Amino acid sequence: MREGPVARRLLRLVTALVLAFLLAPMVAVILLSFSPTELLALPPRGFSLRWYGELLDSARWMLAMKNSFVVAGATTVVATLLGTAAAVGLQLGRFRGKAVLVTILTLPMVTPYIVTAAAMFFAYSLVGLTGSLPGLVLAHTVVAVPFVVVSVLATLQTFDATLLRAAASLGASPATALIRIVVPNIWPGIAAGAIFAFATSLDEFVITLFMAGPGQFTLPRQMYASVREFLSPTILAAATMLFLCSLLFLLVSEALRVRAERRGRA
Amino acid sequence: MRRTNWLAALLIAPLMLLILGSFLLPVGFALFTAVADREVAATLPRTRAALAAWDGVGLPPEPAFAAMAQELGQALEDRRIGDMAQRLNFERTGMRGLLLRTARAAGRLEAPYAASMVALDARWGEGDTWLLVQRAGGPVTPLYLLRAMDLQRAPGGGVQAVAAEEALYRQLFWRTLGISLAVTALCVLLAYPVAYTIAKLSAPWSAVALMLVLIPFWSSVLVRSTAWFVLLQREGPVNQAMMALGLIDAPVQVVGTRIAVVVALVHVLLPFAVLPMHSVMKRLDGIYLRAAASLGANGVQRFLRVYLPMSMPGVLAGAAMVFLLAVGMYTAPALVGGDRDQMVAWFIAYFMNREVNWGMAAALSAYLLAMTGAAIGLARVLTGGVATIGGRA
Repeated sequence: MREGPVARRLLRLVTALVLAFLLAPMVAVILLSFSPTELLALPPRGFSLRWYGELLDSARWMLAMKNSFVVAGATTVVATLLGTAAAVGLQLGRFRGKAVLVTILTLPMVTPYIVTAAAMFFAYSLVGLTGSLPGLVLAHTVVAVPFVVVSVLATLQTFDATLLRAAASLGASPATALIRIVVPNIWPGIAAGAIFAFATSLDEFVITLFMAGPGQFTLPRQMYASVREFLSPTILAAATMLFLCSLLFLLVSEALRVRAERRGRA
Repeated sequence: MRRTNWLAALLIAPLMLLILGSFLLPVGFALFTAVADREVAATLPRTRAALAAWDGVGLPPEPAFAAMAQELGQALEDRRIGDMAQRLNFERTGMRGLLLRTARAAGRLEAPYAASMVALDARWGEGDTWLLVQRAGGPVTPLYLLRAMDLQRAPGGGVQAVAAEEALYRQLFWRTLGISLAVTALCVLLAYPVAYTIAKLSAPWSAVALMLVLIPFWSSVLVRSTAWFVLLQREGPVNQAMMALGLIDAPVQVVGTRIAVVVALVHVLLPFAVLPMHSVMKRLDGIYLRAAASLGANGVQRFLRVYLPMSMPGVLAGAAMVFLLAVGMYTAPALVGGDRDQMVAWFIAYFMNREVNWGMAAALSAYLLAMTGAAIGLARVLTGGVATIGGRA
């Protein structure tokens, strides 16, 4: 559709303003995290890594960082293995009710996190899984795994099933065919799902709020606890680090998407 | 064929078991907790049995009094009176005091208990007290689901509204719905021109602009809510900027207001509106617009009668996604909102962590699930079955 030059300029102005609104808070947080003083003033008066130093010196923040990466790492491994297997199974199987299965497996995506968190807290406390890292990994896996399933299923749509018949005719067992033929063909989807799973776990806050005791605090949980106590720029340094992780994940996942699109076209 | 299906089942089974055991069963258990009535049956089993035969007229027979006195004393000694006292106190204020007082005096009470208990506290001589205990015998109760709608059972049967000063939840649901709808409307209004412009931009710029939408989409809700908490402080950058521009004379309190909640929620959820709109608009075929133009439609007509209806599936998907995430949102309002801006999610956390009233937490969760289910259903009907995607929030 063609719009007049005035309308077009107006639209671009609105778009620029909205994009600025979306990004400004993060830019401000990054700038403030390098502030040499505790004053939250913009523009910053000087540049200092003081708050990053405090972060690295604090036993609480370091424990939170360690917990975050341990939980996100374990969540990613479990979610990627189970999610990929299930997606391949869903694609291979010839039975009715597949749509129902996909809906069930992706229910945690559309359930409000607060409901999931409360329900898990009820149930996990009965079996002693609250206040433990394995319990936290299990909870994070539930909310992260649907992204792996969806991502791998999407890549499988472009997978040529005749390759499997060719492998079978050459004497490969189904398991061999899976590992040697299917996985190498769909790895961008698996990797994209794994990154989303890692990011989901690293950023997850509501479920962690219920499930984690002080010994299992993750970075978001520690940030929340610190905001409640005293608003120090240390929190902004932690926020900046989490933000940079998200940025890295975004770039990698975009690179994977571009790669998959080229593959799909070829 | 058969062998393939076996392999498929084997591949799906582990995840299915995980989701079943650590998600579906817990959610099912939580929903059952919304109607479960376990405390009285667990703590006062003999009293419950003695009351089962009572017709509710006048006062129950002596064995019920005797069982109540003995079981209360025993429960206090074993330190398991708390849950039951809380359960009955929730339905009628003052019950905790009565039960604890009676439990402490249980050793001194003598038969006939119908006389000595009434002498201790006149409330044991009221049929209503005993009816309350009888009805709390389980296994299920509508108490929590009713209370979450500001309703209660009337003494003579039926349902009535709770006293005006105790009413809280209907207002809470209206507030949650109001904030969510306002945020959804704002997101759609802001996202539409953005998605439109990005879809129209030429090659490198459209990718850059889309990236700028994806950056907040990927960064955590807590980080972004914390950012707003910092920016909106009294001495924070937003106040400083507004004072420098001469818009205000003195810093204004923004954190803890409804405005802060709406701003933070719009910021957190806006990408969820832009992305589905953009993916629909990107694929819109210009041929219909050219056809409309050749038939003499002007720009406004082409937009209103051709472009807007064709982009509607994206608008609806985005609106559904934003609404779905907004009604269940805990993080952003908890950080930047005041006590009077909190939504259903905050009260679920409140009943879980502070009141330890799992029945109310479960009842509110059930209604919240119903709201999200209705939103998903409505979006599916309106978009003709296009599934809404989930998001991280």
